[in-house]
Amino acid sequence: MKLLLSGDSSVIAEFGNEISVEINEKIRGFKTLLDEKKFEFINEYVPTYRSIKIDYNPNLITHSEMQKLLNTIEKELKLVKLPEAKVTIIPTCYDLRLGPDLETVARHNNLTEEEVVKIHTSPEYLIYMLGFTPGFPYLGGMNQRIETPRLSSPRTRVELGSVGIADKQTGIYPITSPGGWQIIGRTPIKLYDPSRSVPIMINAGDYIKFDSITYEEFEHIQSEVKEESYKAVSYERRVTKSED
Amino acid sequence: MRIKVLSSGFLTTIQDLGRKGFQQFGVSPSGAMDVRAYKLGNMLVGNNIEASSFEITLMGPRLLFEGDGIIALTGADLSAKINGNPVALNKCVQVYSGDLLVFGVPKTGARAYLAVAGGIDTDIVMGSSSTDLKAKIGGNGGKALQKNDVIKVHEHNMTYSSRFIREFISKKFSFNYHKAVEFHKVRVLLGPQDDYFTEKGIETFLSSTYTLTNKSDRMGLRLEGDVIEHRDSADIISDAISFGAIQIPAHGMPIVMMADRQTTGGYPKIGNVISVDLPVMAQLTAGSKMKFELVTLEEAHLLIKEEDKTYKLLAEHLSEQAKRIVKKSTCYEVTVRNKNYYVEVEEIL
Repeated sequence: MKLLLSGDSSVIAEFGNEISVEINEKIRGFKTLLDEKKFEFINEYVPTYRSIKIDYNPNLITHSEMQKLLNTIEKELKLVKLPEAKVTIIPTCYDLRLGPDLETVARHNNLTEEEVVKIHTSPEYLIYMLGFTPGFPYLGGMNQRIETPRLSSPRTRVELGSVGIADKQTGIYPITSPGGWQIIGRTPIKLYDPSRSVPIMINAGDYIKFDSITYEEFEHIQSEVKEESYKAVSYERRVTKSED
Repeated sequence: MRIKVLSSGFLTTIQDLGRKGFQQFGVSPSGAMDVRAYKLGNMLVGNNIEASSFEITLMGPRLLFEGDGIIALTGADLSAKINGNPVALNKCVQVYSGDLLVFGVPKTGARAYLAVAGGIDTDIVMGSSSTDLKAKIGGNGGKALQKNDVIKVHEHNMTYSSRFIREFISKKFSFNYHKAVEFHKVRVLLGPQDDYFTEKGIETFLSSTYTLTNKSDRMGLRLEGDVIEHRDSADIISDAISFGAIQIPAHGMPIVMMADRQTTGGYPKIGNVISVDLPVMAQLTAGSKMKFELVTLEEAHLLIKEEDKTYKLLAEHLSEQAKRIVKKSTCYEVTVRNKNYYVEVEEIL
């Protein structure tokens, strides 16, 4: 772990310079420990692909005390058994009415549309970090067989909930915005809703899994979301031996 | 009291100290760009330091007060007038129902703060009233002020008292954006990615004069000047961005990340503006010249402590001044031998 300066009120604990599950696991551990300890001199923290930035109040703790503390937390990481990551189910309708580029993705990869959906709904995707817009997840773990370049000309409007592919990445649009991703489906659930008591329903370090639903189910869940009666489905992720 | 917007001006938004704890979810903190001017405004009118105020950019709005109240203008000098009379900065001012506050030519600085006793009564989203224009949340329904908007002000029980603190403020706080200088000095720390730059690049960064461009906004201030040389790549695997982080994309020109910054980004950050100089950065206008100056972390922390001490002294000074009850005070702008003076006339009980 390297400690870097990020201004006079932040320190960055950096765990590597690549995108990897091992690094993310350390960052999730670090974040979990900070969540538990609730230090009054720490204002907030931002986990990313390779680091966690910690904003502190320099009137309450010196930089060297901060360094000492972060080194101690790193040592604890090896000893503490962290809770399993959570996998949130994202019900997604892969209907051409909602996923206009599903055909393109299938054709580009010499697959049928059904095969694309099967491949896209198979993995548990790791949420490396949230950024860009409120609740936008940077996901890892997409199968190379459905990689597709971005649209040559971005759309001026992509509806919120749209699920897309851009090169090696897959993602979900938490707000309606312009965008150049290949849209293969849409989820009726809202990753981000500023009026909710928990505005963003997913956390960096956890996982999501797409679940294929019909257009009728999409409409049904959409009305449940509107009535605020929809309950997100999630389960604890089991790590297999080979991954450990 | 309510405030009616007769015209919107260039960009007026409602801000407080920003959203806290949501950066890990990709939500920008937003909040006042010049935190010092924002805090002083609230202190002057007797508000809680986190009360919601207006941040007024360059060309101010026309505002009609519906009801009596107490206001204070801090930060940039945007030629404010009430019913045709100039309004002094860094002073609390009594306004009456029907008074019209207008702004003229921007004189010094980029952002003025209008604090109102009681604070603005507005949309609180994720614990803050700050307007985030990109996410469309907070403040005035996530938008800048528009013509015909009516903004509510919280009830309060403050009584007006003239507060002679302008001398105190100008002595204790540096407002170097009000002075005509060859260049503004902005102090920085290096990191987190200063190792992405050549020695020559760091040298350029700390010795060149940079000019603020008009492609600057609440998200980032874009500067122009000598190209800062990268070692090889100008891309990093994204990490988090602090207030005042100085990003250098491939073109080699600095972008200083401000209140509405994205929470994460993929450009290397050569350094970071120190907390007490962020207000200086926030007040630069297009064409302003500035230089970065390296300081130590210890100096930066000492300066934060001094600033906090000054706020405490000011609070004491203000409560002392609050004992002077003034019935009415009028401000005049007087020109003597081509020099402008503010003259205040007070009617004492």
